[in-house]
Amino acid sequence: MFEVSRRQFLKLSGATAATLAIVELGFDPHKAKAAAKELKTARTDVTPTICPYCSVGCGILIHVKDNDVVYSEGDPDHPINQGSLCSKGSSVRDLYTTDRRPKKPMYRAPGSDRWEEKEWDWMLDRIAEKVKETRDSTFVVNEDGIPVNRTEAIASMGGAALENEECYMIQKLMRGLGLTFIEHQARI
Amino acid sequence: MTNHWIDIQYSDAMLVIGGNPAENHPVSMKYVQKARDRGGKLISVDPRFTRTSSKADIYAPMRSGTDIPFISGLIKYAIDNELYHKEYVVNYTNASFIVHDDYKFKDGIFSGYNEDTRNYDRSTWTFKRDEDGNILKDETLKDPRCVWNVMKEHYERYDVDTVCAVTGTPKEDFIKVADAFCSTGTPEKVGTIMYAMGTTQHTVGSQNVRAYGMLQLLLGNVGRAGGGVNAMRGEANVQGSTDMALLFHIMPGYNPAPTQSERHKSLAAYNENETPASGYWSNRPKFMASFFKAHFGDNATPENDFLYDYFPKSRRNNSHIALFEAMYDGDIKGFITWGQNPIVGGPNVRKEKAAMEKLDWFVCMDLFETETATFWTKESGADPSKINTEVFFLPAAGPYEKEGSVSNSGRWMQYRWKAIEPKNDSRSDAWFVHNLARRLKALYASENGPIAAPFKALDWSFGDGDYPDVDLVCREINGYDLTTGKTILNFTQLKDDGTTSSGNWIYSGFYPDAAPGEEKNRSKNRDNVDTGMNNYLNWSYAWPLNRRILYNRASADLEGKPWNSNNEVIWWDNAAGSWVGHDVPDFGAATGPTDPGWKNPFIMRPDGKGELFTNGMTDGPFPEHYEPYESPVPNAFSSVQLNPAARIWTGDYNDKGDAKDFPIIGTTYRLSEHWQTGPMTRNNKWLAELMPYMFVELSEELAAEKGIKEKDKVIVSSARGEIEAYAMITKRFRPYEIQGQKVHHLGMPWHYGYQGIAKGSIANYLTPHIGDANTMIPEYKAFLCNVRRAEG
Repeated sequence: MFEVSRRQFLKLSGATAATLAIVELGFDPHKAKAAAKELKTARTDVTPTICPYCSVGCGILIHVKDNDVVYSEGDPDHPINQGSLCSKGSSVRDLYTTDRRPKKPMYRAPGSDRWEEKEWDWMLDRIAEKVKETRDSTFVVNEDGIPVNRTEAIASMGGAALENEECYMIQKLMRGLGLTFIEHQARI
Repeated sequence: MTNHWIDIQYSDAMLVIGGNPAENHPVSMKYVQKARDRGGKLISVDPRFTRTSSKADIYAPMRSGTDIPFISGLIKYAIDNELYHKEYVVNYTNASFIVHDDYKFKDGIFSGYNEDTRNYDRSTWTFKRDEDGNILKDETLKDPRCVWNVMKEHYERYDVDTVCAVTGTPKEDFIKVADAFCSTGTPEKVGTIMYAMGTTQHTVGSQNVRAYGMLQLLLGNVGRAGGGVNAMRGEANVQGSTDMALLFHIMPGYNPAPTQSERHKSLAAYNENETPASGYWSNRPKFMASFFKAHFGDNATPENDFLYDYFPKSRRNNSHIALFEAMYDGDIKGFITWGQNPIVGGPNVRKEKAAMEKLDWFVCMDLFETETATFWTKESGADPSKINTEVFFLPAAGPYEKEGSVSNSGRWMQYRWKAIEPKNDSRSDAWFVHNLARRLKALYASENGPIAAPFKALDWSFGDGDYPDVDLVCREINGYDLTTGKTILNFTQLKDDGTTSSGNWIYSGFYPDAAPGEEKNRSKNRDNVDTGMNNYLNWSYAWPLNRRILYNRASADLEGKPWNSNNEVIWWDNAAGSWVGHDVPDFGAATGPTDPGWKNPFIMRPDGKGELFTNGMTDGPFPEHYEPYESPVPNAFSSVQLNPAARIWTGDYNDKGDAKDFPIIGTTYRLSEHWQTGPMTRNNKWLAELMPYMFVELSEELAAEKGIKEKDKVIVSSARGEIEAYAMITKRFRPYEIQGQKVHHLGMPWHYGYQGIAKGSIANYLTPHIGDANTMIPEYKAFLCNVRRAEG
């Protein structure tokens, strides 16, 4: 099964993976049980990703079972890292399995010393309202006879940890709103 | 990178300067080691003996902030000892061009300087031309005013003794580096330069990189396998996020962002002033029109100048430091961060934190509660009751909880598939920006007038689902042939008449010729068969046009044959009438020996030559040494202490340190176990255990002078603030002898903050608000400080 998944890329669906496992194990339930005991990755969905840390761009395989990330490993098919990873790349499983990620969107009111959990809809409505209010009250259409269509009162920062498509969408919306203070990690 | 990670194995000499791949890009060392196995030499030049240094054949210590003397010394060494690649230099660079009569350089200042504005008029940093406008040349390199001789004269002052007195490098180490690296100035050998933020985070950062480029041109190392100038990028997609223009001064694909100026007052003015007559950028109007067709969709037409007027025009420098200065001054009311943590990563954190306290509202999207998300809490040192900012924390989906591509340092655009639904109630940044755009579109729907109009004209066609359709975003970035409705083949097909679109022209080609519903995303390519010279052309997609080695025409000689038959990239096939080989030619595929451009490998430059002399920099046509903003010694090369084109910020919190109070040079660096500002690693239980504490690394000599013992708590101070850390005493730092004076150097990681499992002081409380003259990248890597034992 692993040979198949590594040599020929396919995002193996659970069904495909299970079928391959069963075919390989010859439909013998006792044998299957023994094999599963040996490897916690025996019946996982395997998805290739690229390491989120430095820019070498190593391949990583994420193993998912029962809606949990049970294992991650260097992608042996990847021409750059050929299965190897550094200390950070080896630890990407914990990005999911950690209990330290906030559970809900959180709001802190002016002067308050604490967060309050909120729903996404509430957050989106309030943020959109603030963006519009700030933009509309500071927008400059023309200056010195030149159409400038900008607001300098809103700034956007970040993106090097995101995907190309996300970066493109962020620059599109921010420039669409007229921002000129658009910056990110590459500057620093 | 001009080249890519796997290509490093073809190098005969690897000069690592301003970077530490063994710790910060560990897997890349696989290819460094492969090169060494083939006889290649690893050279490490660094203020500190790093783990890369420990693997190196040659280590040379160099005081932080003295790359230009070091590299200029190598340039002079190569010239004096005739180690340069003469045929390459004469034919592929502008060495033979005759410089403008009025170009001058005297005592640290180039011609055209205005002391009041700290700017240069660059009109004399150009070439002499005949009546027809052709550049005058002397290919014998004898004319005293040709670039070659002007350059030789410029670097005459950078002799080995003066260089070593300034850099603090022992002379024998410098000579070893010079012999090893300059030995690649022959057709038989090739060398690479690998650098990172140790190079760029200086007031002369851009000229540091330029010095590397010049050295590589002299040695004939650009365009070749195992060669090039290779930036080791620090984040998984900092290449892509830069390409996508999340920076104030550029549009996607490196077109300059329009400014409030006569030069840019209309699309016609922009195109006229920003489009060179020759070179690939002569196509700029096609890229601009196609970009606006992507940005504004059907609303952009040739008749309305593709709504260029609606696109924001900047009136000032909006870069990171300027942004926080503007925030401190109250100009910025609302702030959004997307996976960035400036309260740890920004320079002069005390000022940047004070600036944030003035915001009306702040939106923070991140995986974890960062120091920036909690800038208002007691733990941050603030009084929450005095901060009236509304703060929104948006829990972000992790990297494998969504899909899309990232571009590595070698420009390989690689797809990341989604492995699992986002954790808890988190959402991807794409989801948030998409839904924010839709909320705003709804709010503006019933409004008219000049403020609403530009936003209403913005095209936002990423599907009707709750999540945006990533495939539609990919197609928009690649662009369309708007006549057929198929995605465009690549950027060579783009037009300026409104019949094509492309959100980012340099990526155009990764999704070629696809009808609606037909999937052709080449960033998903996973054929790992080596297609020759380890370029893996069928694995992922490298911009531009899937080229793996930029300027690869220069890998071949004047007859179009590889300089070295063991190191082939592309070559001219006379029978076929085209360039062929192991890579996609970075050249006109059919540009043959009779074509006037045959000897012009640098196709992005107007004259096709590598620029030993340039007018593309704000601070000089040649790199010249200036001391860091804070330095314990006077400049030995001229009476000008600081880069004369660097902007100096004054006002609150911008104090400058003096060597009397702060005699030690401080620098910052990274560790294998942590990443950037730390949210993704200091919250990771395994990594936190491996590297739990903030420390400052001191030499044995400095520790003895200060009465500091291993693991003592110490206070490091600068003109901006003080931090506490554990002392780590090593032999990796040594005192430097600079111009006869003993100078101490210390260093510390900048990963830590008050959130997470592994906590510690924020190093950037010490660093100043001053940046490079070209890019405004902050000078994190060389500042003055002092150190003492903490009381009790």
